[in-house]
Amino acid sequence: MSPPPPTSLGAIVFLAACSTEFADPGREVGPAVADGAAYPTEVHTPTTLGVVDTPLVDVNGTPIGVACATCHGPDADSAWAARPGEPFHTGTELDHGDLACDACHDPADRGRLHLADGRSLELGDTMQLCAQCHGPKFTTWQNGAHGGMNGYWDTRRGPRLRNHCVDCHAPHAPQIAPVTPMPRAHDRGLHGEE
Amino acid sequence: MDDTSRRDALKVGGATLGAAAFARALAPLTEWEPTTSVDAFLQRHYKELDPAELGTILRRLEDETLEDYGASVSIEDVRPTPGVRFGYALNLSVCIGCRRCAEACHQENNHDRPSHQSYIRVLEIDKGSIDLEKGRTDYDHAVPRGDKFYMPVQCHQCDNAPCVKVCPVEATWKEADGIVVVDYNWCIGCRYCEAACPYHARRFNWEKPEIPAEEVNPDQAYLSNRVRPAGVMEKCTFCLHRTRKGKLPACLEACPTGARVFGNVLDPDSEIRWVLENKRVFVLKEDLGTRPRFFYYFDG
Repeated sequence: MSPPPPTSLGAIVFLAACSTEFADPGREVGPAVADGAAYPTEVHTPTTLGVVDTPLVDVNGTPIGVACATCHGPDADSAWAARPGEPFHTGTELDHGDLACDACHDPADRGRLHLADGRSLELGDTMQLCAQCHGPKFTTWQNGAHGGMNGYWDTRRGPRLRNHCVDCHAPHAPQIAPVTPMPRAHDRGLHGEE
Repeated sequence: MDDTSRRDALKVGGATLGAAAFARALAPLTEWEPTTSVDAFLQRHYKELDPAELGTILRRLEDETLEDYGASVSIEDVRPTPGVRFGYALNLSVCIGCRRCAEACHQENNHDRPSHQSYIRVLEIDKGSIDLEKGRTDYDHAVPRGDKFYMPVQCHQCDNAPCVKVCPVEATWKEADGIVVVDYNWCIGCRYCEAACPYHARRFNWEKPEIPAEEVNPDQAYLSNRVRPAGVMEKCTFCLHRTRKGKLPACLEACPTGARVFGNVLDPDSEIRWVLENKRVFVLKEDLGTRPRFFYYFDG
């Protein structure tokens, strides 16, 4: 820094400048991050269908779960699939608009899904299925502004793990249930706190 | 008998009273126990330290944390990354007011356990307006409620920060990546900054924080989440001990709805830039001219 002009104003400006800058300018910022290959962004993707809890229990009292295809084989009467309220499906809540099972599940292969145009879909591609109706949400998700994530904002420095639609939204009842909030802070002076 | 004059008697009496009063006045000093080491007392401002001095200070603070809390921690000096200016956005359409962000902050930033302090305060506000005066932070029913919306408020890291301007000792300042920090060892605890902040985002350590050893987050930085002494101000630093290393802030990772978007506003491909360019974004109390780096937005 050049010497200040010999005026009182100059001295004030000089003092002000000194006090707001780092004594060692090299400490103001750290090293740059090299531009390189980004670490992967992984989406937490389901690969298998879950099971349906039945009214039957094992010796430990745990409900026995069965896969859809156990009953709903390719040759099964489609009437089965259209009866979600049937007492056997006690663990399955269906509250997703007017959709019935076959709207998403492939009736020909219960291990797979299908798009609205009939094309069969791997379970890993579930997000395409959801995006048929929830387009704007999917756009928001694609741009990182819906659904949450973990890891690194700077993918040059580390990987990122992103949530999938069904991590948060149960596909059969996607509305998220109310939750109990975490405990709040006790601030002095706020809302009459001592 | 006449060699003791009335004047001498008054002199002796006065001197005795004076000595007694002096001893009484100094009595608190005999009970005084040093809460600040000589090294800490003589420590210079963060910006004046050279790397060697800072290294010594960091080791001393680590030793003090081990002694006071029984926790072995690592305190680093993490500096801003060139070419990075942080921005944070929060989607009011999906926030459900669950306070998971505030809880994550509480744990990540080594806050006092009894007061359950956090840098984030979630306001529950009636739908139809943004009347902060009527916002409540003390709700304890299941959330969300249909007639309310939820607005988490934390430090907005203002570019024109009132808290920085009012500090009489320059213990708080804005760094190159936009984060407003506090040198906890330089702060005199006058609380002017707390009064100046229009977002009520600064906190005062009324007492020495109590944290069980096993709950102390050992991953610490000098300017962020190291355990603060009593009598100083503290604030959200966008988790600079994480974010300056490229990681996401703790409150974002804890958010179960994905309401929070964080990143480098200088990177045109970042998520935060997409939100700023495509969503209906606003800042809180824009009329005050604080120029926050924290944004709120709605879907649709």
